[in-house]
Amino acid sequence: MSDAAIFDQQAVADKVTGQSPLHHLSSSHKTEGVVLEEVPSLGYLTLRGDANDEAFRAGVHKALGLELPVQPMTLLQSDTVSIQWLSPDEWMIVCPGARCFEFESALHEQLSGHYAVVNVSGGYTMLTLSGDRALDVLYQSTAYDVHPRHFGTGKAVATTLAKATVFLRRPDDGKWELIVRRSFADYCWRWLVGVC
Amino acid sequence: MFLIYCPYCGEEREESEFHAKGQAHLARPADPDNSSDEEWGHYLFFRENPRGIHHELWVHAAGCRKFFNVTRHTVSYEILETYPIGEQPRVTANQMEKPA
Ligand SMILES: [Zn+2]
Repeated sequence: MSDAAIFDQQAVADKVTGQSPLHHLSSSHKTEGVVLEEVPSLGYLTLRGDANDEAFRAGVHKALGLELPVQPMTLLQSDTVSIQWLSPDEWMIVCPGARCFEFESALHEQLSGHYAVVNVSGGYTMLTLSGDRALDVLYQSTAYDVHPRHFGTGKAVATTLAKATVFLRRPDDGKWELIVRRSFADYCWRWLVGVC
Repeated sequence: MFLIYCPYCGEEREESEFHAKGQAHLARPADPDNSSDEEWGHYLFFRENPRGIHHELWVHAAGCRKFFNVTRHTVSYEILETYPIGEQPRVTANQMEKPA
């Protein structure tokens, strides 16, 4: 239990309108063999701590109902939450925006000592690519080797997409998730539409 | 493509994900208040510029964002090893001079 001061950052429908950084563009783009879509308004939490600390791992498990991925470049997910390994002491947690405060509170409830949980929901948005030609779009967009032989299901890496940074994830066989910075969302979207 | 092995990610990654940050293994004077101007000046501003083996600090900027060390040959640009912060190089200039 920590005494960190936190508050619910989710926009409340009748008071403030939450807006995707791509609100001015179409939220989906379909061409032959590729579907590009935005998944707006998700919750994003940056988690930092010591992966060798058993109490830390147990606390995360209790708060999120998921094991902490300690293997480099792995993604663990349940129906509601996913945890992506970012570095030996840093993880990205993605959840529905409306439940973000609940998970953020649960983490502070379960963790103690030297750790950090920061709500970075305002800083990112998620794009998804699916379809038979999704891989061709990625080949044109990133230097990372996304061939299925090298990039299996459940893998997630931080790399570059058209020179912008991206968290590239493969949650299942047929879908790619691209988490981009909100300030680069317009650029990444237009790049991908161009490649599609 | 030019690939660099990140010791934290545990795989080879494209060079554009990395930045070079200068000479590695710079020890900060243990007692800054009592170090001489010369000692402090050397720590802040003086760097090696060898022809041959050089130990450098690099950062996996677009990946895991961890700093790590690189042993690089400044003539051939060949990267001979990469290793985590806190470890010592296995490839050194002395070692390279020795006949095989
Ligand atoms: Zn790395």
